[in-house]
Amino acid sequence: MNKSIVEVSLIERKYKKVAALSSVSFDVLGGELFGIIGPDGAGKTTLFRILATLLLADSGTASVCGFDVVKDYRAIRNRIGYMPGKFSLYQDLTVEENLAFFATVFNTTIEENYHLVRDIYVQIEPFKKRRAGALSGGMKQKLALCCALIHKPEVLFLDEPTTGVDPVSRKEFWEMLGKLKREGITIIVSTPYMDEAEKCDRIALIQNGSFLTIDTPEKIVTRFTLPLCAVRGDSMFGLLKDIRSYPGIHSCFPFGNAHHVAFSDPLLTPAVLARYLEDRGHSGIDITMIKADIEDCFMNLASTEVRP
Amino acid sequence: MSVIETEDLTKMYGDFTAVDHISFSVERGEIFGFLGANGAGKTTAMRMLCGLSRATSGKGTVAGFDINRDVEKIKRSIGYMSQKFSLYEDLTIRENLRLYAGIYGIREKDIAPRTDALLSELGFLAEKNTLVKALPLGWKQKLSFSVAIFHAPKIVFLDEPTGGVDPATRRQFWELIYAAADSGISVFATTHYMDEAEYCSRVSIMVDGRIEALDTPSNLRERYQCGTMDEVFHQLARKAKRGAD
Repeated sequence: MNKSIVEVSLIERKYKKVAALSSVSFDVLGGELFGIIGPDGAGKTTLFRILATLLLADSGTASVCGFDVVKDYRAIRNRIGYMPGKFSLYQDLTVEENLAFFATVFNTTIEENYHLVRDIYVQIEPFKKRRAGALSGGMKQKLALCCALIHKPEVLFLDEPTTGVDPVSRKEFWEMLGKLKREGITIIVSTPYMDEAEKCDRIALIQNGSFLTIDTPEKIVTRFTLPLCAVRGDSMFGLLKDIRSYPGIHSCFPFGNAHHVAFSDPLLTPAVLARYLEDRGHSGIDITMIKADIEDCFMNLASTEVRP
Repeated sequence: MSVIETEDLTKMYGDFTAVDHISFSVERGEIFGFLGANGAGKTTAMRMLCGLSRATSGKGTVAGFDINRDVEKIKRSIGYMSQKFSLYEDLTIRENLRLYAGIYGIREKDIAPRTDALLSELGFLAEKNTLVKALPLGWKQKLSFSVAIFHAPKIVFLDEPTGGVDPATRRQFWELIYAAADSGISVFATTHYMDEAEYCSRVSIMVDGRIEALDTPSNLRERYQCGTMDEVFHQLARKAKRGAD
């Protein structure tokens, strides 16, 4: 068993009266790919900023690589790479200049750690004379990752690294993360994409500043205990309304080409639901029982949230 | 009549063809998904349709007006929302609506009742004097969309309206889109979420400035023998990459 490389204990942080984080505790093991999943405003960025030593918590303690985030912040900064959610490279420097700048700041050279960034960097190298501000979204992300890696960090903090990135670039980005993990780098990443959450070793579901659960993706989905089915029909928008109005339905959400419907009434069967929908004039009804995935769990969580 | 119609619409920047002879149409009340990888030319195409950028060649109409000649008329007839919300953070909800209503020339006596009707529909009535900057992201997004269709445009353009938004908030947003389409407004949307592509009536996939495929999601899945739109997208976008190398 690897030992913990990030330890967080009872961290609290308020902005004026609003609690951004309340009593957050967790450990991340060395070499782990750890995902933080939660709705917007749940406190993910605040947590990243505290761990990256850019923000002070009101109370609680946290350490990274064995160093305290308050006392030993300088030691931590040399050992971590941080990629904030907002693109924060120098837009007026070229691709090459940005990378050289970050290497210099950390007292190293591109050559020394080139092996770490090579696979990513070769993809943007044809544009190395281009200013960072003129890159496409996918290329910006790749450059930002290179800059966060060039000093060979032990822990990588990635705050929504693939937001606004197209599906192909997103897949490539995650292939790179897999590779970095094999190099032994610990990665803590937040994402609004649930397919990415499934690729993590463990994930923490965060809501209103608290961690609700921390577990492997496989274990988290087993906690979804309601019967769940996928419903398709010819008029998907109409179906949504009619399914929701049926008693015994816990929830109904669009999931791409099907609606995922959870039953709260254990006696409800797909056949009964199909008959009801056909009586209401729906055609092409197809209902199959399915297993919940991470996104179902997330939706279940978010729908129990009290909205302001 | 189609709400959008283009024929060989092209935009060049020097030698670089950003948008390469695209021809398509969007019907009334349709939700049209405009997909493509970063840099495929989606934003450039959208800017031409909105009257913000002039086509190098080709022709097109939006809401019945010529995109080469009647740019100002087009701007009045469309709604637009991007992921960078165009709401004023230091104005209240009501003030934002008042401002946009004025800009789009809604009649003075209609503004107040329409504002109240909209806010009660969204459930925001009690918050109408709240500053926009104090609102949760999901609310801003809904308000932003409502502002974009407040003047009852024939078509609304949505540029990655759900970028970085969590799955629950994204779904609430799509239900608003469905409702708008149901009322006859055409929706032209870009997205990187392939589950959202499934919610569209028809989808086009742009690769290297060209429309590589255009059909209903189910026809596309069938044609490329894929289970999901995500797989369809990967197949098409990958193919183009090889050509570009």
